[in-house]
Amino acid sequence: MIWNSWNDFWAMGGYGLYVWGSFGVTALCMGVEMAWVKNARAQALTQVANELAAETNSKDWSS
Amino acid sequence: MIQKLFFYASPQNFYPLAGRLWPVFACLATALSVWGLWLGMFVAPTDFQQGEGYRIIFVHVPVSWMSMVIYLAMAFWALLGLTFNTRLSGMMTKALAPTGAICAFLSLWTGALWGKPMWGTWWVWDARLTSELILFFLYLGHIALTSAIDDPRRADKAGGILALVGALNVPVIYFSVKWWNTLHQGASVSLTKGSSMAQVMLEAMLIMGIAFWMYAVALALYRVRSIILIRERHTQWVADLPEVKAQMMKISAGGAKA
Repeated sequence: MIWNSWNDFWAMGGYGLYVWGSFGVTALCMGVEMAWVKNARAQALTQVANELAAETNSKDWSS
Repeated sequence: MIQKLFFYASPQNFYPLAGRLWPVFACLATALSVWGLWLGMFVAPTDFQQGEGYRIIFVHVPVSWMSMVIYLAMAFWALLGLTFNTRLSGMMTKALAPTGAICAFLSLWTGALWGKPMWGTWWVWDARLTSELILFFLYLGHIALTSAIDDPRRADKAGGILALVGALNVPVIYFSVKWWNTLHQGASVSLTKGSSMAQVMLEAMLIMGIAFWMYAVALALYRVRSIILIRERHTQWVADLPEVKAQMMKISAGGAKA
């Protein structure tokens, strides 16, 4: 371990803003991207199921 | 082997394969980033020139690499799609673009945060930074172009040509520090110093690089599944998927209540 304390760690020798600004925004972007692809999949499934349901409904009505 | 490749070139066969593979890549990405961050933030020593500020390297270099690698991967799929007219290629190109755009943005962002304390400026119009900015715009252009064209096959063709032409920019980025006099440093900090200390920095950086690579693969595989679902929604195999059936059950249950 190279740090004397957690304060030392967070301060990053005076570069805290730059180091944590880099890591923080990277983590944020990855988090947003993961939520975004999950949402896109849920939407895709809903759209596909809705269209299929509409198709079967119209078949029921016409018969 | 070749037959297997042709087998998985069909969206119907690739969809379940991607579903099995993405969790593997996601686990690898998590494990490697924990290991890489541990090495980078707790084991690697202070740099004698840049103090603790150099630790930005553990995210800056991996995202910059990935911004270039993902574009080359898009160009590869685009070439495959344009020559063999395979449907999956266009979907893969489309699935990779958003992750690439995010990596290019993060490369510029972390670069600015590194440039400020070390060079005294967030941004300079030099060859490395400008060509990376162009790469970011190429990604945005690709996303805008492919989503502006309604017919997916035509969108794939147009996007494929943009991906191929834009790939010329990647070697320009990579060699920019050699070809021009730039503020950006040449090789990575640890490559030239052969000490055992630098070895840890290099290791941490490479591990983080592989971690981001695995992350990009996982995200692209996950995203391509949604694209396949939408594009193949009129086929029987999509209608037969258990997740689609489950979703239809939910809809009919909601309809019965109402």
